[in-house]
Amino acid sequence: MAHAGTLEIRNLHKQYQVKGEPLPVLQDISLSIRPGEFVSIVGTSGCGKSTLLRLVIGLEADYKGEILLDGKRIVGTSLDRGIVFQEHRLFPWLDVRHNVAIGLLNAPGTEASKAKAVQEHIDLVGLKGFETAYPHQLSGGMSQRVAIARALVNRPEVLLLDEPFGALDALTRGHLQAELERIWRTEGITAILVTHDVEEAVYLGDRVVVMQPRPGRIKRIVDVPLPRTRDRGTAKFAAIKDDVLGEFGEAPRPALVSLPPAPRALADWHFAW
Amino acid sequence: MNPTLRTALRGATLPALVLGAWWAVFHFGWTDTKLFVPPSEVWDTAVRLTANGYLWTSLQASLGRFLAGFVIGAVTGTAVGTALGLSRLFEKVVAPSLHTVKQVSLLAWIPLISVWFGLGDPAKIAFLSLAAFFPVALNTFEGIRSVPRELIEVARVFAFSRTQLLRRVVLPAALPSIFTGIYLGLLYAWLATLGAEYLLTSGSGIGNLLTDGREHFWMDQVLLGVVIVGLVGFVINLVATRLEARSLAWRGKSTAQF
Repeated sequence: MAHAGTLEIRNLHKQYQVKGEPLPVLQDISLSIRPGEFVSIVGTSGCGKSTLLRLVIGLEADYKGEILLDGKRIVGTSLDRGIVFQEHRLFPWLDVRHNVAIGLLNAPGTEASKAKAVQEHIDLVGLKGFETAYPHQLSGGMSQRVAIARALVNRPEVLLLDEPFGALDALTRGHLQAELERIWRTEGITAILVTHDVEEAVYLGDRVVVMQPRPGRIKRIVDVPLPRTRDRGTAKFAAIKDDVLGEFGEAPRPALVSLPPAPRALADWHFAW
Repeated sequence: MNPTLRTALRGATLPALVLGAWWAVFHFGWTDTKLFVPPSEVWDTAVRLTANGYLWTSLQASLGRFLAGFVIGAVTGTAVGTALGLSRLFEKVVAPSLHTVKQVSLLAWIPLISVWFGLGDPAKIAFLSLAAFFPVALNTFEGIRSVPRELIEVARVFAFSRTQLLRRVVLPAALPSIFTGIYLGLLYAWLATLGAEYLLTSGSGIGNLLTDGREHFWMDQVLLGVVIVGLVGFVINLVATRLEARSLAWRGKSTAQF
């Protein structure tokens, strides 16, 4: 079982520059996450929840405040933090086995131990028998399972999930939520899930962090003191879900922010004969 | 029937019909033109020119300079395209000039090339390299530049080194586009082979066989030349498509079908 990390976020501020103007994205975020805890973060689009996750994984830098993993300030990306994105982001030219093995490319260990870890994680996400399938042969749910296996294979201390089931159909989503809970308990690691689905947040989280937009900040943290595995049909579950939903009552409408266009490549060349 | 054979037979229908019509026009005496000859005469010429070695010498000369020109153009094209794709500085310095130069019609290079390299093989190969260079360079550049940012982020998450990023993400992601460039390079180089032989007339080659036929009003030889040019193009196309399909099996389909 992996060592579960303690994540400490202190007075985190982040802003982008849009047309020369500073645009605050996150304002004074402070959050302490215990080892092995499952924290859900919900909020409307534009509340900076994905940016928060990108800061923790190390894909974004240039922030004010502190992000500490086990007391140490995080610098860039690292194998001790794994992430599952909303899109599966598998390498289309690799089969399932090699896509999962990508996670171990820079991890210590022998080839044999790596092969064993890869197989264990393919089994863990229920894809035994699909080792040699290519991404274009997999359904959305299966691809996301591969992405979860890839994120977990080098046994990170923290698993970050950025709306991992957002693009899936409702049935597959419900099924994968249950699977994710099982995997999280098996691995015993710290997990942070960003989602806009309140039911998903309550179903999976020990705590639900409600964020509000412009600038993104924490509105409230709701405890979910329900035994696992949770039953979505109980009155207590419904009460907590309503409580969280109540926080979205007076959310202002998000204004459209236009980002500067990407530089154009030499795409439109014509061959002069 | 086996599906490959069925596809091949369907593809052969139109040429067979054209051949049939061609034969019928002369067989039933619908024309007495001197601008065209019956297929049997083209066939006889093919046999005669094969026997005296003229056809083979011409084909060899053409294919030899086609390959030399293509290889030079494709290798430099891949190198320049890769450098453009990987280095912003190189792109800023070189891309505007490249952009401008590629707008110059290939045929406009002929006078310059003939002055610099004469009318022989060096000039023809220089011209062919130029024809192959642009599609390869630009498609390689485009392929490298359009590697999805999402996949580069995955590489960062797993702490890939620069070499790992290039070998395991950039190269495979750019490969389809590089193949398109090489495919176009092959096609343009073959077209340019004929152009070069036609315009830089010294030496032997299929283009010279055609010119020769026209000047002596040997329509059988002209038509034979046209058929051979078409056949070589067909084989080049076939080889390129097969090669691409094999290397890019992970996509489950081929794009190089123009």
